[in-house]
Amino acid sequence: MSLSGKLPRAGLGSLVLIAAVLGGGVVAFAYTAGWLSPGRLTPERMIEAFAPPSGAALGHRRNHAKGICFTGTFEANGNGAELSRAKVFEQGRYQALGRFNLGTTDPNAVDATVRVRGLGLQITAADGEEWRTAMINPPFFAVSTPQAFHDLLIASGKKDPEAMKAFIAANPEFSAFAAWAKTAPWTGSYAEEPYHSLNSFIFTDAKGRDRTVRWSLLPSAQPVPVSQADLEKRGPDYLEQEITERIRAAGPLRWTMVTTVAEPGDPTADPSKAWPENRRKVQVGTLIVQRIEPERDGPCRDVNFDPTVLPQGIRVSDDPFPAARSSVYRRSYDLRAAEAKDYPRTGTAKP
Amino acid sequence: MTNAPRRFALIQRLLHWLMAVCILAMLFIGAGMVSTVAPKYLPLILVHKTLGFTLLILVLIRLALRLYYGAPPLPADLPGAMKLGARLSHQLLYGLMIVMPLLGLGMLWAAAYPVVLYGGFQIPALLPQSDGVHTLLWNAHVYLGFAFFALVLLHVAAGLFHALVRRDGVFETISLLRPRNRMTAAE
Repeated sequence: MSLSGKLPRAGLGSLVLIAAVLGGGVVAFAYTAGWLSPGRLTPERMIEAFAPPSGAALGHRRNHAKGICFTGTFEANGNGAELSRAKVFEQGRYQALGRFNLGTTDPNAVDATVRVRGLGLQITAADGEEWRTAMINPPFFAVSTPQAFHDLLIASGKKDPEAMKAFIAANPEFSAFAAWAKTAPWTGSYAEEPYHSLNSFIFTDAKGRDRTVRWSLLPSAQPVPVSQADLEKRGPDYLEQEITERIRAAGPLRWTMVTTVAEPGDPTADPSKAWPENRRKVQVGTLIVQRIEPERDGPCRDVNFDPTVLPQGIRVSDDPFPAARSSVYRRSYDLRAAEAKDYPRTGTAKP
Repeated sequence: MTNAPRRFALIQRLLHWLMAVCILAMLFIGAGMVSTVAPKYLPLILVHKTLGFTLLILVLIRLALRLYYGAPPLPADLPGAMKLGARLSHQLLYGLMIVMPLLGLGMLWAAAYPVVLYGGFQIPALLPQSDGVHTLLWNAHVYLGFAFFALVLLHVAAGLFHALVRRDGVFETISLLRPRNRMTAAE
């Protein structure tokens, strides 16, 4: 091979070409990874926006950080099979695992200071196929898009009152949520709350027909309104004590799972918009909560209630939130798993 | 190496270029999917899982082919340091092709995520949930992913160096096209 003769000139051009290929590769990779796009809404930025001024509570979920585990059964009545071929809708009893929680970044928050309550749920079919969902008690979501939710977190974290005014001006859908937060009665129990998927999903039936739906868990317990001040007097962790005591004294708690079917033109992509009341509703089963366990050593601790873990027969719709939640929950899980020593299990804390 | 082949067998060359495209796609999809909250996050992660598992099977086939067919020798006049670099980098590339999908699978298992591929194909978990194992495997997957990309770039640079600067026939051993001239016949 004539390394000596032609190399200098032909070689120089070739070396420049090689350098250009490598440089281009590195730049393309950096762009893909978001390193060149400070404005891109990444899971990291979303999680930074959640963090309180004092910093995130290490070892805990980055939002809905305060919670308590439950286990029980999902009893499908078979009506859901008409809407979706998911196995969990075939008449039968399926293992359920979940978590009652508060929409706060502080795992030690005083119950009466947190407006939004939630329920994370995992239903497992007989063959192990999982359905995970994370629901909250307001009847519609605060904002229309993940970007607006990020902006809400930033604005509400600012001391300047103009920040929230500017946010509401830019995201008028928030007013309905603010009105709900102000006027909806508080209750003194996780058992008295409804929980809503808010996001829409697509159910596919055995014939391959798609329907866009949302689902809710409606409590069989009668809600008893309580003022925020009275709730505060009951203690900072009243809700966890109450649900534990209620099941000990009165036995399992029940919620009816209701799916609501959208009609053409309904706002399926916008969880801040409720669908009209007269939409078809199908009761698909009952969630029976049988046992409560503290989160620290409980079975829900290790579960990421990622709403995109769906069985065959359910898939995401044009609602942009489930994907965003999945991405951010994954990051939250990665972080808290790496910080497990900051939230030690009792077994490991005292050997 | 008396009957060593002059080029890789056609099936080896086809597999090399197919996997090259897929691995590059995997590296870019991996970097892209973890930096977005957009709806495309879900299809990206589904493709990443499905393609990753497929590549694990392909690399096993490729190793078997390599053992069966062997590899053409490097040019006799290649400096010793470059020969060593070639051998080490190829071993590392094979190692990463095997380890990366296993780390990916393991970190999902250790996080108690069901591993569901395209078409609903579910891979049963072989590891229990564990914070420590998840963190270890997740870190390894991420940092070895960066190392993999760097190594791929090095491999591309070396390939181009052989093809354009040394013109020593090494690139032609893996090229899908027929060598255009008899440059390879340095002997």
